[in-house]
Amino acid sequence: MASEIRKLLPAMALIIVSAVAAWGISAAMRNRSAPAQEDQFSGQLGDAAAKNDGNLQKKFPVIIRHPEGPPIVDSGMLDFHGQSVMIACSTCHATQPPNTQTRTTADLDQFHKGLHVAHGNLSCLSCHNQNDYDSLRLADGTRLEFRDVMQLCAQCHGPQARDYQNGAHGGMTGHWDLSRGPRQRNNCIDCHDPHVPAYPTVRPVFPPIDRFPAAGAAH
Amino acid sequence: MSDSTPTQLPVLNNACSRRTALKAIGATLGAAAFARALAPLTEWTADLSVDEFLQKHYMELSPEELKAVFVRLEEETKQDYGADVTIADPRPLPGVKFGYALNLSICIGCRKCAEACHQENNHDRPSGNSYIRVLEMAKGSIDLEQGNVDYDHPVPHEDKFYMPVQCQQCDNPPCVHVCPVEATWKEEDGIVVVDYNWCIGCRYCEAACPYHARRFNWVKPQVPTEEINPDQGYLSNRIRPQGVIEKCTYCLHRTREGRMPACLEACPTGARVFGNLLDPDSEIRWVLANKRVFVLKEELGTRPSFFYFFDV
Repeated sequence: MASEIRKLLPAMALIIVSAVAAWGISAAMRNRSAPAQEDQFSGQLGDAAAKNDGNLQKKFPVIIRHPEGPPIVDSGMLDFHGQSVMIACSTCHATQPPNTQTRTTADLDQFHKGLHVAHGNLSCLSCHNQNDYDSLRLADGTRLEFRDVMQLCAQCHGPQARDYQNGAHGGMTGHWDLSRGPRQRNNCIDCHDPHVPAYPTVRPVFPPIDRFPAAGAAH
Repeated sequence: MSDSTPTQLPVLNNACSRRTALKAIGATLGAAAFARALAPLTEWTADLSVDEFLQKHYMELSPEELKAVFVRLEEETKQDYGADVTIADPRPLPGVKFGYALNLSICIGCRKCAEACHQENNHDRPSGNSYIRVLEMAKGSIDLEQGNVDYDHPVPHEDKFYMPVQCQQCDNPPCVHVCPVEATWKEEDGIVVVDYNWCIGCRYCEAACPYHARRFNWVKPQVPTEEINPDQGYLSNRIRPQGVIEKCTYCLHRTREGRMPACLEACPTGARVFGNLLDPDSEIRWVLANKRVFVLKEELGTRPSFFYFFDV
C-alpha cells in the first residue's frame, strides 16, 4: 500500500505543477489580449498632431496600440483541458544556445519548424535578440522591448515610418480633432505579420447591386 | 312668357338657351379638371404630412421651427421604421474646411469603406446603396471609363489598382449650380449638402456631377429597425424620403463633432487621410505638402476637396 502511494506521488506532483502552469499561462494570455492602454509611443514615431501641444487648447492623446510584451508560442501540445500549451520564448531559449548558422525556418529540425517567413533576406537573429529572446534587437545590437517593435520596423521602412508619423499610413479610429477627443492608431504589426509582412489578399465585401441586370446575367 | 301660353310641365318650361348649355358644359368640365388636378392630394396625405408640405427651405427656418421639424421627423421615423433616433443639426465649425486624401498605393479594393457608408448613412438595404464606388483599374492609366466596379475576386489583383470615388465636395460644384430650387448648396466647411425636404427630385444635379456621386431614392428606403443608425443629422444620414437626391456629406454628423468619417474608420489599410485644410499642422496638409496629389477631372474646373496620391 505504502509503495503504491509512493509510486503515485510523482504523478500527483506533475498534475499539480501543470495545473499551476496552465493557470499562470492563461492569466498571462488574458493580459496579452487586453487592448493597448493609453501609452504614447515614446520614440520618434509619435503622431504629428500630438506634437503640437504648445498651444493652450487641450489635446486628447493619440493612443497607439502595441504588443503587451513578448509573444507566447503554441507548443503544439495540449494540456489536460484540451487547450494548447503556450510557452514563453525564454522557456527554451534560456538554456538552448543560439545557433547563428540558422537563417530560415527551413534550417530547423524541431521547434518553429514550418513557420512561414517571407521577409526579405532577414534571418531570425536580424530582429530577435540572441542574448535575450524575450526582447528584440535593433540593427546596432541595442536591446528593444517587444512593445516598441515599431522602432525596429522603422529602421528599414523609413518612408512608411515617416508617413505613419505624419498620420498618412496605418488605420485609425476616433477623432480628427484632438481637442474634441482621442484617436486610436494601429501599430505596424496589427496589419503586417512581421514574419510575412506583405498585406494578404482579401475577398472584397459588399458588391454593388445592378438595378437593371442584363437578361441572364448572374445577379 | 304670356298667360296665353299653354301650361307646360315645369322642366320643359325652362327652355335652355345655347348660352346656358355651354355655360353648364364649361362648368362641368372645369369642375372635373379641378378635381383631377387635386387628385394627387388624396394620395399625398398618406405619405406626406401637411407640415412637411408647408415646410420652408432649411435656410429660412428659425431655430424653433427647425427643432419642431426634427421632432416631427423623429416621430415619423419611429412610426415608419420603429426606431428611436436622434436628429441633430451640427453646424460647420469655425476655421474648419474639410479635406480628404486617399493613398492609391495602399488601397486594396476591399470595399469595406462602401459597406461602412451603407450602414452609417442608413442606405436602402435591398439596393445595396452606398456613396462610395470602388473602381478597379488597370495599372498604368487612370481612365475612369475603364473602371470596373463589379469585380469579385481576391484583391488586390497584381495588375490592378483600386480607386474609391465618392463626393469630391467641389469648391465649384456643378451640382449646386444646376439645382432649380436651391435645395443643395455648399456650406462654410466645404460640405455640399441637400435639404431632402426641399428637393423636388428633378435629378439635374445627378446629371451634372462629373463624379457620379449623387444617388436618387427611387423607392422609400428599406432599413430593418435594428440596423438603423440612430445618430442622425438633418442634412446628412437621416432616412431620406422617396424621390429625392442624396449624397456623401463626409459624415458631417460625425466630422462636425470632431470624429472621423465612417469610411476612414472602416479602412483596414489606412489609405484614407481626413482633416482640416485650414490647419497647417493637420495630417491632410502634410499629405498635400509632401505627396504628389492630384484631383479627378481637374480640367473641368470643379476644384475638388478630395485628393488622390500614390506613394513614390
